[in-house]
Amino acid sequence: MASRAGAISAALLGLAVAALTLGSAALTAGHATDWSLGPADGAALRFTLLQAALSALVSCLLAIPLARALARRRFPGRLALIRLLAAPFLLPVVVAVLGLLAIFGRAGPVNAAISALGLPTLSIFGLHGVVLAHVFLNLPLVARILLQGWQAIPAERFRLAEALSMPPVAQFRHLEAPMLRSLLPGALATVFLLCLTSFAVALTLGGGPKASTLELAIYQALRFEFDLGRAALLAALQFGLCAAITLASFRLTTAAVFGPGLGRDIAIPAPKGWRRGADGVTIGLAIAFLMGPLLAILLRGLPGLTDLPAGLWPALGRSFGLAVLSAALASGIALTLALAVARGQGWLELTAMLPLSASGLVMGTGLFLAIHPQMSPEMLALPVTLAVNAAMALPYLFRLLLPETRALLADYGRLCDSLGLSGPARLRLVILPRLARPLGFGAGLAAALSMGDLGVIALFAGARTETLPLLIQRLMGAYRMEAAAGASLVLVGASFALFWAFDRWGATRAAA
Amino acid sequence: MLRLDRLDIRQEDFHLTADWQVPAGARVAVIGPSGAGKSTLLMALAGFVPYGGRMLWQGADLGPMPPGERPLSILFQDQNLFPHLTLAQNLGLGISPRLRLTEADHARIDATLTRVGLAGLGARKPGQLSGGQIGRAALARALLRARPVLLLDEPFAALGPALKAEMLDLVSETAAETGATVLMVTHDPADARRFAGLTVLVADGVADAPRPTAEIFANPPLALQTYLGK
Repeated sequence: MASRAGAISAALLGLAVAALTLGSAALTAGHATDWSLGPADGAALRFTLLQAALSALVSCLLAIPLARALARRRFPGRLALIRLLAAPFLLPVVVAVLGLLAIFGRAGPVNAAISALGLPTLSIFGLHGVVLAHVFLNLPLVARILLQGWQAIPAERFRLAEALSMPPVAQFRHLEAPMLRSLLPGALATVFLLCLTSFAVALTLGGGPKASTLELAIYQALRFEFDLGRAALLAALQFGLCAAITLASFRLTTAAVFGPGLGRDIAIPAPKGWRRGADGVTIGLAIAFLMGPLLAILLRGLPGLTDLPAGLWPALGRSFGLAVLSAALASGIALTLALAVARGQGWLELTAMLPLSASGLVMGTGLFLAIHPQMSPEMLALPVTLAVNAAMALPYLFRLLLPETRALLADYGRLCDSLGLSGPARLRLVILPRLARPLGFGAGLAAALSMGDLGVIALFAGARTETLPLLIQRLMGAYRMEAAAGASLVLVGASFALFWAFDRWGATRAAA
Repeated sequence: MLRLDRLDIRQEDFHLTADWQVPAGARVAVIGPSGAGKSTLLMALAGFVPYGGRMLWQGADLGPMPPGERPLSILFQDQNLFPHLTLAQNLGLGISPRLRLTEADHARIDATLTRVGLAGLGARKPGQLSGGQIGRAALARALLRARPVLLLDEPFAALGPALKAEMLDLVSETAAETGATVLMVTHDPADARRFAGLTVLVADGVADAPRPTAEIFANPPLALQTYLGK
């Protein structure tokens, strides 16, 4: 039985999330004065849509062969590679851009190779730079989501397909395509929304009238022109856009109808011949594309480690505490909402996705306006950052948990009910153990995102509430590049360690 | 006595009525063509399908009781065990849904495992068991719950004839020991003859009143003749 207390607490959490996102959007919109779009605003809208669509499409198309190759091939280092797939998405965006600049920039190895062939060099700035960075950040996330989908197909189905001597094409059509149809619309929508609200990439690689996003335009209106009316208009426009995409994605998503397997570890059939070679090339290219920039960051950051700046450790401590708390908060809310939605409180699904529509910047601005006259922003810097970071991570955790929660209730809900297994006992004995894998992965994601976040904190923090990304940004602003690179490495190491610990916890609990 | 008082189950284009009773301790086969509503009838009894009319056990209305508090245990077609819990834990849920188990409870679990032929397998997980063993474990948990009514929704359908017969004998024995009333969905007349004194025919939107199994097969109604292909 869905307990009434569970339903009510889910509804209250949903309202809190809605207040944080819609409320702050409404607050900023309340400051809107003029409701007409200028030509620059129209260009920003078009560029935003174009880069988000391209980024989402390319990320998902490339993720399919990669996830499939990883699902069916076994090779040394495979598990390490899968874990590393989380790396680019977890990388603090500014650090990721630094890595991409090192590889694809004017003086990078890619352009060196191109000019050695006598071809004109590529610029990483503008549309293709923004798309490149977004694909770098999002392709691995989609690949991991799809890989989990592949792993969720009961191994018995693959055995059945083999027993029926289905060729790989038929196997794809009957087993893998239904899974992709259920996961891809959600993944596409997620990446699209992410790129719609992505701020740091557009700030560093975009810009100018030809490559300015709405988010960037809001920032400039707010920060440099102090034109609150125009910022509010742009925020409203973007919010409507994101809400429309979220709603559209609901209609596209269908639940995969897979019965449960018994969880025996049977490898997915791995066809030989040219498919083997193609899978090998796919995996090799993915490693090169994803690991190159990471390696570049490592090489640039190592010399800086000997000269770490003052204030690094307290800033790291603050970031670490925020990350753990926001991961716990986001996981708890996501699980509560996913359970409620799976039990029929469908309206909460929209609520859980709301933070995607409201960017951190908009939420932060709204909260700033809400408390500004009464309280010192610095006092609330950490609590506000905690709330916003948890909210920003919520959609990812929710997306990860919802299909598995639905499957769990479909497969074992009646058994639980017939045994009178309810409330805390059901949570402890069935829900947490069965969902440990996506929960661990999701909590790791939330922790790392919070760790690397540079958004709200910039609006609020003073010297005593500085987080590590903020410290790095200030070092870069002061042209202390060596120290910034060293601090980046520390930040990256801490983010990955945190993600690894959570993900590992989930995998161990799920295997136990 | 289990009484179905003008029971009326309606889903989109599905309709099933029943108005009869079976004495306590009876063993009843529920037979009929696919889609006629055999499983739906059991799911309504177990509390998973809404219905009109009433269902009563020893005079008490089942309607207001949540599934876990009804005086019955149900074995589903599959998903009877949690794959992440050991056999002992799966059985323990039949004693305490919070899995707070005493030494005495563990002793009972071990004894019950032995009773159903699974001695020493308490630490295994369902993934390490055969289909027959999984069926035995599910039955063992129903034994531990010791509810007066046992519903079997073809839990042994995937087993071979010999194994299935063995399982039905085990159900017969244990039901006789505990005096449980058993309702068993089946599509196999041999199961009904082997196991059940009474048979309910479900066809054409009606679950008929139970009749003695020997009699109904000796002189089958038209719907049963059609189903049997005679």
